[in-house]
Amino acid sequence: MNHATRCGRRFALLLALAGTLWLTGQPVQAEYGDLVLNENAEKEGMPPVIFPHWFHRIRFRCKVCHADLGFQFKAGGSGINMLKIIDGQYCGACHNGEIAWSVENCNICHSGKPGLPTQVIGSRLGKLAPPGPTQGQQK
Amino acid sequence: MRDILQSLKFITLLFVIAAALLVAGVVQQANAAEPKNPNTFNRLLTPKKPFNLPPAEDGYHDPEGEGVAYLQPPKEAFKDLVKSNVGNHVDWVKSLETGKINPRFDRLDPKAKPIVMDLNIVREVKGSMPNVVYPHKQHTEWLDCSNCHPAIFIPQKGANQISMAAILMGQKCGVCHGKVAFPITAKTCRKCHSQPKGKKKGKAKKTAAKKQE
Ligand code: HEC
Ligand code: HEC
Ligand code: HEC
Ligand code: HEC
Ligand code: HEC
Ligand code: HEC
Repeated sequence: MNHATRCGRRFALLLALAGTLWLTGQPVQAEYGDLVLNENAEKEGMPPVIFPHWFHRIRFRCKVCHADLGFQFKAGGSGINMLKIIDGQYCGACHNGEIAWSVENCNICHSGKPGLPTQVIGSRLGKLAPPGPTQGQQK
Repeated sequence: MRDILQSLKFITLLFVIAAALLVAGVVQQANAAEPKNPNTFNRLLTPKKPFNLPPAEDGYHDPEGEGVAYLQPPKEAFKDLVKSNVGNHVDWVKSLETGKINPRFDRLDPKAKPIVMDLNIVREVKGSMPNVVYPHKQHTEWLDCSNCHPAIFIPQKGANQISMAAILMGQKCGVCHGKVAFPITAKTCRKCHSQPKGKKKGKAKKTAAKKQE
């Protein structure tokens, strides 16, 4: 098989996959407790940060971050920025190459889709379809 | 020559797929524009969504981002934890109690032990719902006193006005429950509303006093 056909086949496969996802209406549900932090990141040319609470609470009790390191109980509320991080505050208290991988791995933190506002992924259980003369159909 | 023919075949195939997608898309859009049946069985109930999706498929992480491939899928991490049916679908209290996880209490010292306080506060609830038992024990396993006192709660029994409306708006217990700690849903009412009301009025108070001793 030559290169063109291989590429073609791959491309067709990809298209078909994308198509099915698009047709079925891709379900959208980030993990409960995940945070999007995008006060300044995107304004300054970086994708939004996604912070996974579930991952960190397996390793640390809330107290470590919310009492010792001063993270507020409000997404976007602590005024985190890169200068503070490289100075060892906030995420930088651990992401320093000693407790966890260091800041040069930009994209592991800055991993969000463009355009997402700062938010907490709360509970969606029991959320209703939007009001209006519509149907049970929902994205 | 054969190669070119094969490529051509594939290109035609692509066109056919693209056309099919286009048609399907238009049909879908038309459907969305004018809802068909106004009497679908469920108007408001939304279909169940899958949970614990891998980062690249969760709709929030950019699947094209370079870092996403490094992230752990939640299902892998939760495999051996105690399950629940809400939030992360993990029972964090039981997972901790049974030692399935052992999160650090100190950033640096893996051996530091939490200062756990075993003090239940019973809050009598108006109406039919069982009374609320607020357990300091499960909370101080995770949290520091200063996380709640005095900003969220004055540390004095009954000194705080708490209502379900406030909780659902993200105040009081709702600062954490509904965001990171287990959410407020019909499946969790009884986790907080856990003390059946005594037949006599004074009974609940007495058990409350006993529990605090
Ligand atoms: C590794 C650090 C870390 C740990 C551990 C951690 N958090 Fe957080 N938490 C954060 C960060 C970062 C924020 C966002 C702060 C900001 O944007 O200023 C946050 C925000 C929050 C918020 C606010 C969400 C909102 O916007 O409403 C709540 C509630 C919360 N955390 C609860 C908890 C609880 C409960 C635990 C323990 C089970 C916990 N956190 C453990 C880092 C942590
Ligand atoms: C440990 C996680 C983490 C890593 C790694 C990281 N960042 Fe950030 N970054 C953050 C957080 C959190 C914010 C604050 C998000 C907001 O805007 O609300 C931020 C904000 C920013 C901002 C906004 C303005 C500013 O200066 O604070 C820029 C630009 C930025 N990061 C660039 C980078 C670059 C470039 C790298 C790699 C060298 C990087 N970041 C690595 C977590 C991280
Ligand atoms: C108390 C310490 C601590 C703090 C504070 C902290 N982290 Fe982490 N984080 C860790 C550790 C430990 C890991 C695991 C590192 C490893 O795998 O080597 C980690 C891993 C991660 C991961 C990768 C998760 C995965 O799937 O592997 C992301 C993303 C992340 N942190 C983002 C952040 C951001 C953003 C902040 C600040 C808002 C932050 N962290 C603050 C300790 C911390
Ligand atoms: C998750 C939040 C939270 C944490 C963490 C917490 N408390 Fe409390 N505390 C409460 C609530 C809620 C009440 C009940 C207030 C009311 O009834 O109005 C309370 C009440 C109290 C009271 C009053 C008891 C009485 O009989 O009047 C004391 C004392 C107290 N807490 C001490 C502590 C100490 C010490 C710690 C840390 C070891 C702590 N609390 C941690 C939420 C918390
Ligand atoms: C500062 C954050 C915070 C606040 C405020 C808070 N909780 Fe919690 N609560 C937690 C965390 C973290 C857990 C551990 C379980 C989890 O994460 O789902 C927990 C667990 C519990 C449990 C134990 C459930 C079990 O499985 O044993 C009960 C009951 C509870 N909370 C009730 C309350 C009530 C009632 C209030 C308000 C008076 C309250 N909480 C306020 C963070 C909080
Ligand atoms: C995180 C803990 C928590 C959960 C979960 C919870 N409640 Fe409550 N609820 C409370 C507290 C605290 C009060 C206030 C009790 C008091 O008056 O001191 C309350 C009060 C109430 C009241 C009395 C009226 C009012 O607003 O004060 C009703 C009714 C009620 N809850 C219903 C429910 C129902 C239904 C659910 C499940 C969908 C539920 N609650 C889940 C903590 C909780």
